[in-house]
Amino acid sequence: MTDTVERKALTKEHLLGVYRVMRTIREFEERVHAEFATGDIPGFVHLYAGEEASAVGVCSNLDERDTIASTHRGHGHCIAKGVDTGEMMAEIYGRRTGSCHGKGGSMHIADLSKGMLGANGIVGGGPPLICGTALAAKIKGTGGVSVAFFGDGASNQGTTLESMNLASVWNLPAIFVAENNGYAESTASTWSVSSDNIADRAAGFGMPGVIVDGFDFFAVHEAASEAIARARGGGGPTLLEMKFTRYFGHFEGDQQTYRAGEVEHARAELDCLKRFAARVTETGELAQADLDAVDAEIAVLIEGDVAAAKAAPLPTEADLLTDVYVRY
Amino acid sequence: MARNITYREAIHEALAQEMERDETVIVMGEDNAGGAGAPGDDDAWGGVLGVTKGLYHKFPGRVLDTPISESAFIGAAIGAATAGMRPVAELMFVDFMGVCFDQIYNQAAKFRYMFGGKAVTPVVIRTMYGAGLRAAAQHSQSLYPLFTHIPGLKVVTPATPYDAKGLLIAAIRDNDPVMFFEHKALYDISGPVPEESYALPFGEASVVREGSDVTIVTLGRMVHTSLEAAGQLAAAGVECEVVDLRTTSPLDEDTVLESVEGTGRLVVVDEAHPRCSIATDISALVARKAFGSLRAPIEMVNAPHTPVPFSSALEDMYIPDAQRIANAAKTVTGWSR
Repeated sequence: MTDTVERKALTKEHLLGVYRVMRTIREFEERVHAEFATGDIPGFVHLYAGEEASAVGVCSNLDERDTIASTHRGHGHCIAKGVDTGEMMAEIYGRRTGSCHGKGGSMHIADLSKGMLGANGIVGGGPPLICGTALAAKIKGTGGVSVAFFGDGASNQGTTLESMNLASVWNLPAIFVAENNGYAESTASTWSVSSDNIADRAAGFGMPGVIVDGFDFFAVHEAASEAIARARGGGGPTLLEMKFTRYFGHFEGDQQTYRAGEVEHARAELDCLKRFAARVTETGELAQADLDAVDAEIAVLIEGDVAAAKAAPLPTEADLLTDVYVRY
Repeated sequence: MARNITYREAIHEALAQEMERDETVIVMGEDNAGGAGAPGDDDAWGGVLGVTKGLYHKFPGRVLDTPISESAFIGAAIGAATAGMRPVAELMFVDFMGVCFDQIYNQAAKFRYMFGGKAVTPVVIRTMYGAGLRAAAQHSQSLYPLFTHIPGLKVVTPATPYDAKGLLIAAIRDNDPVMFFEHKALYDISGPVPEESYALPFGEASVVREGSDVTIVTLGRMVHTSLEAAGQLAAAGVECEVVDLRTTSPLDEDTVLESVEGTGRLVVVDEAHPRCSIATDISALVARKAFGSLRAPIEMVNAPHTPVPFSSALEDMYIPDAQRIANAAKTVTGWSR
């Protein structure tokens, strides 16, 4: 894939900001991968490394009025929407100081105060929910938009298809972001998705469908910017399809015997961080030293998050029965 | 001031008064206005049973027709609830839970706990249940036990117009997700209902008839059938105390236990199938916590463990009737060690 998208001028500050978020996601995920291998992290963990340009390209167009819903592979969306990485890491370690006080874990990190309606353990769980948050924004007239991130697997779920229909019928400020990383668990999307592209399905729901190079931050940012502006202006929903690959398995521990060579190729030739760095240094918008400084800063941040998570207290028996209901 | 209105009118009145009071209350469901995109009246139906008829014009933009797409709109109601609205979604028949249950039990029910107490999901899902209209196997079930099983959901089963209004108002004001079960055979019954707005607390059963010989614990439509049986039994000299649970989650254990401690005998009457039902739940509660008071084994009166049959001949046998309840009461009063 080539960088063919005309991009709007982004300020140096903005460029540095999005690089920082993409680097944070990468560092976070690489570190969770390493820590998981030690056996210290319990449960199911699905890593987002490789897909950073999608979360950041979309969420860098969002603000505090806006809501996103996420997937099993939710860490990147959380970070891109501003959820605290320290609380996230603590949650992944099952600590009381975590985003959900240790009751959610990797698959359920949420922070509604940041407009992050949760990673979701159910494939296709998010799209109906963001129809609701979009409806609330529309009725209240906040100008907010809602974004459902979902995978190629969820693109085949009835909930996703029903939600795209409902969003069109109700003309909601909703964006559907299909993150097609090539595999639903171990099953290739080229096999499981009956159309050539997930984006082709948009036509069936009366909304624009756009195929985007998911490794290219600028391509994602541009496509998302246009879709989000349309939604804010009352122009209704859009389906964006990100095409890329994930760098790790479906879950940590996945031996990935269903594929070979892709990740090495993607890391070497397509990587979103490398491409971003190459472009902004080529144009002179940012210096390599600027990027190196961010890398160093993020390494310290994540190191601190891991240390804090490991040292944090576990939930207690008293926490077991709380927050089932607001009042019962 | 109270006047007699129907169960249907009581539900409508609760919706209208809450929509008037709080502009975040919105109503959505299939045909809830009933005319979206059609050339005729904007609110041709007001829901399949006319419960929401008239709200569409009174509250512009707040009564939404939906496609027949339960996963999407039940989920949307839940999502909107997390974003500051108080949606009341209509799941036309509870039998249709199968096409949207994930959004209810994996999403709405779990948000508060799973997100560490940081979410509120004040959604009400109104749904029609129960046998008796020859609506057959997929439109007649009494599935409230399935929802009662799920932590995070509240489950309400009003038996009278008075309870329907007060419990629905409480449900709308509640900050947890509430499943509100309306029995399809009750919409046309009438009863006294105050005109003014009032909320009835959840988890408070109602002793609808006092008696000293047998406790009948029941809910929903079966409250009326149990009262009919109690009337017959009184003529035969057996005094039944009838307890209407009103909500199955939360459950008013105290009222049940106090009644059984007074009578020493329990019949549980439940339109659901017998296995893992409200009847088994109440039986287990009493066996565990009031065993010493029992003077006879507990009797359960349920629908049989079959799908709901279509034929009127079969459906009439399927639905628990006053005779079966009376027989159960006679069994427990006639039992001796």
